[in-house]
Amino acid sequence: MQDGVDESNILNSPVKNNGGTMEISSPNPLEAAALPTTTTTTNGSGSATSPESSSSAPVTPAPLGENALHVEISDALSEKEKVKFTVHTRTTLPGFSKKDNNVVRQHEEFVWLHDRIEENEDYAGYIIPPCPPRPDFDASREKLQRLGEGEGNMTKEEFKKMKSELESEYLATFKKTVAMHEVFLRRLASHPVFRIDQHLKVFLEYDQDLCAKPRKKMAIFGGFVKSLGKTTDEILLSATVRDVNDFFENELQFLTEYHGHLREAATRTEKMTQRHKDVGDSHQKISNALTQLSTTEQGHMETFVAKAAEVFERIKSLETRVASDQDLKLGDTLRYYQRDSDAAKALLIRRLRCLAAYETANRNLEKARSKNKDVHAVMICRLAETAQAEACEKFESMSACGKEELIGFRNRRVAAFKKSLIELSELEIKHAKNQYDYLRQSLLALKEIA
Amino acid sequence: MEVETTTPEHTREFADVDINNGSPSGASDEEEEVPAPGSVTLDQDNDLFVSAMTPSEVHPRSPPAPTHNLSDLLNDDGDYFIQIVVSDPQKVGDGMSSYLAYKVTTKTNIPSFKRSEFSTLRRFSDFLGIHDLLVNKYMRIGRIIPPAPSKNIIGSTKVKMSPQQNEPGTPINQEWIEIRRAALERFVHRTAQHPVLRVDMDFKNFLESDQELPRAVNTSALSGAGVIRLFNKVGETVNKITYKMDENDPWFDEKITEVENLDTNLQKLSSALKALVTSRKELSSLTGLVAKSAAMLSTCEEHTGLSRALSNLADVEEKIELLRSEQANSDFFILAEFIKDYLGLFGAVKCIFHERVKSFQNWQYAQMQLSKRRENRGRFELANRADKLDQAQQEVEEWQVKVQRCQQHFDEISAEIKREMTRFELSRVKDFKANIIKYIEVQMAHQQQIISYWEAFAPFAREIV
Repeated sequence: MQDGVDESNILNSPVKNNGGTMEISSPNPLEAAALPTTTTTTNGSGSATSPESSSSAPVTPAPLGENALHVEISDALSEKEKVKFTVHTRTTLPGFSKKDNNVVRQHEEFVWLHDRIEENEDYAGYIIPPCPPRPDFDASREKLQRLGEGEGNMTKEEFKKMKSELESEYLATFKKTVAMHEVFLRRLASHPVFRIDQHLKVFLEYDQDLCAKPRKKMAIFGGFVKSLGKTTDEILLSATVRDVNDFFENELQFLTEYHGHLREAATRTEKMTQRHKDVGDSHQKISNALTQLSTTEQGHMETFVAKAAEVFERIKSLETRVASDQDLKLGDTLRYYQRDSDAAKALLIRRLRCLAAYETANRNLEKARSKNKDVHAVMICRLAETAQAEACEKFESMSACGKEELIGFRNRRVAAFKKSLIELSELEIKHAKNQYDYLRQSLLALKEIA
Repeated sequence: MEVETTTPEHTREFADVDINNGSPSGASDEEEEVPAPGSVTLDQDNDLFVSAMTPSEVHPRSPPAPTHNLSDLLNDDGDYFIQIVVSDPQKVGDGMSSYLAYKVTTKTNIPSFKRSEFSTLRRFSDFLGIHDLLVNKYMRIGRIIPPAPSKNIIGSTKVKMSPQQNEPGTPINQEWIEIRRAALERFVHRTAQHPVLRVDMDFKNFLESDQELPRAVNTSALSGAGVIRLFNKVGETVNKITYKMDENDPWFDEKITEVENLDTNLQKLSSALKALVTSRKELSSLTGLVAKSAAMLSTCEEHTGLSRALSNLADVEEKIELLRSEQANSDFFILAEFIKDYLGLFGAVKCIFHERVKSFQNWQYAQMQLSKRRENRGRFELANRADKLDQAQQEVEEWQVKVQRCQQHFDEISAEIKREMTRFELSRVKDFKANIIKYIEVQMAHQQQIISYWEAFAPFAREIV
């Protein structure tokens, strides 16, 4: 468990080297991101370096301990319909042919890996790390397209400003997508069981496309039916199977409720940060109007109004940053644990199903024993006995393993929330202080003009 | 300057030049308008009072000179102050006939007021009434009258229909009342800043008198007078668009363009500010929802430390919800309403520019009539018709007087507008700066609150074990 210490922090780690802000300070990623911008016909490709690789990947990598598996996404390339992630692996695990390896993977391959692990019976007792969400640049793309169409209607500066804004927005989404995918791999790599999974090994080593095709509409529909079936299954199970263990029964109840609250909190936070960004945009509009007003004013009134326009523009960027940091710290944590709690719930459902199977085996055994006059009875009885013993064993091991996993989930969650909440409050304080200081300075400047 | 010598029919004919013609009220207004320049004898309050009560009997011969002295004196604001507070909105009566009355408290050291501190109860239509009186008296001579808040039938009906007169009513009603109260206060305050308007008899009466004011009949939005006014307004607007006067004073050309530009830009600013108020209000309520969600999570959370932190997060978000709505209020009252007021004031400015155009039209018309009469006289002279010649000569003289008077009015209104615009510009710049500075100060206070909220929260996040 070389990476185990990191585990609670992994959600935030890929972005933390920016001090948590969305500011893109280094010029490199901006240049690299040749976005599909002005023209609407070409959606050209763009790439952005994951912050992890640009800043924290050392020239001489730190020596790895024994049985270490270190995974990161060192690079990512955004193309028209897909994002290509370069997955960089460093390992001392036996079985890996190379100690240092790069492969290019797409989002669908991550989904493939997740599905392979989820369907593996042996892992029924573990919380499967939630699949990273699909990269969604549609909103940014759409805005860029609209910007391209409306190019004639605005001044050059306005256009430039809008463009750079959209580019940084796009870049922020891009970085977040990369971070989400990295978090998924890191959780697998730091898990005692998943790290030695064969599919993970293939995912990290095989240098060809894995047979992961983009999900077709039918598949999505199938997935929907499957999830529907799952939900009814859950209801049926929880109604019919009485749990023998209070711990698990409580956990299931808790997780169901908790998951619901998390989901609600996540959507509400998202709405809030979205509206906060609108507040920022309104400041920009006011700033534009003031700039225009200053052209019709004279003397120091012109200077005053121009300065006021500057103040509103600055408030805009400060407020937008507050909104992005809220989204990053609070929103993302909530969203991630919404998915993680869902995965934990899935474990409990699997356990219930296992319990149901165990009870069926018990009943079968009793039935067989009651019919022991039959010639084949001994045989059947023995078969039922082994089946029952297997089911029992499976259930017992699953319960033991599940308990550990749930405690792990809880520790992970508490630590992640702690970290996010501390960072959230620190950032809120920092931004408010910045804004206060800026306003104070502007006030002095404005008073001087007046 | 023999005003009263004109025969009524000539006056009528003369008045017909006015764009408001057709309606008899327009004609009688015109009568008032002609002698108006001389009537602003502010050194004699009594005269003014008379002029308000019986406009047709104004004493037109007093020279306008003292006006300037007095207004110059009062422009020098240093020694005089007047502070008016509109407070305690209260519902009087029940149902549709009920109305809101406000307490109007004045503090001043202007000697023409009887006391230095006094208050009275006024209803909304009284404010509109005093505004109309001021407009009738002063707009034609080129004074900028601060616009009164507009009537809002839906809002006022809601308040009227709210069940209990002593109860605060729904939050929406309360908000509406507060918006109106603030607008009324700004209106009287602005009027009181004007050196001439604030010592106007009617305005003083409005502030000082304990008596109920005579109901201003035509302020009601739905009354017949209101409709007529609306038509007149439409007529004037059309006229404003169609009539272009040959400007011989470049100052006016420049000012009019400037005012138009400022007006357009302020309109953009106003809509941007409205958008800010809306999004900030929505942000406030969405923050409230996040607070609720955090509270729910906190009750559900098993881990004590995290649960406590979440419940504190809920507290913080709840406080921030309030703060955001306060921010929306300062966006609204300090900036949005302020800019809206100025849009109204620019409307008033345009009105006096228009009055000047009207005065110019009258002058042109009078000149045209004069040359016509002169032609007539010439014709009679040639024809040697001594019987008609006398009358023709008389008419020529009459129109000469009229032309002179019109020219004088035009010159006076032009000069007055220049003075008014200087004053207006000064106070506009002052107001704008003051409001921006006030806004920034309020925003600073808000940021400090945010800092204190999160600083109080931070330990709970750190204490999670």
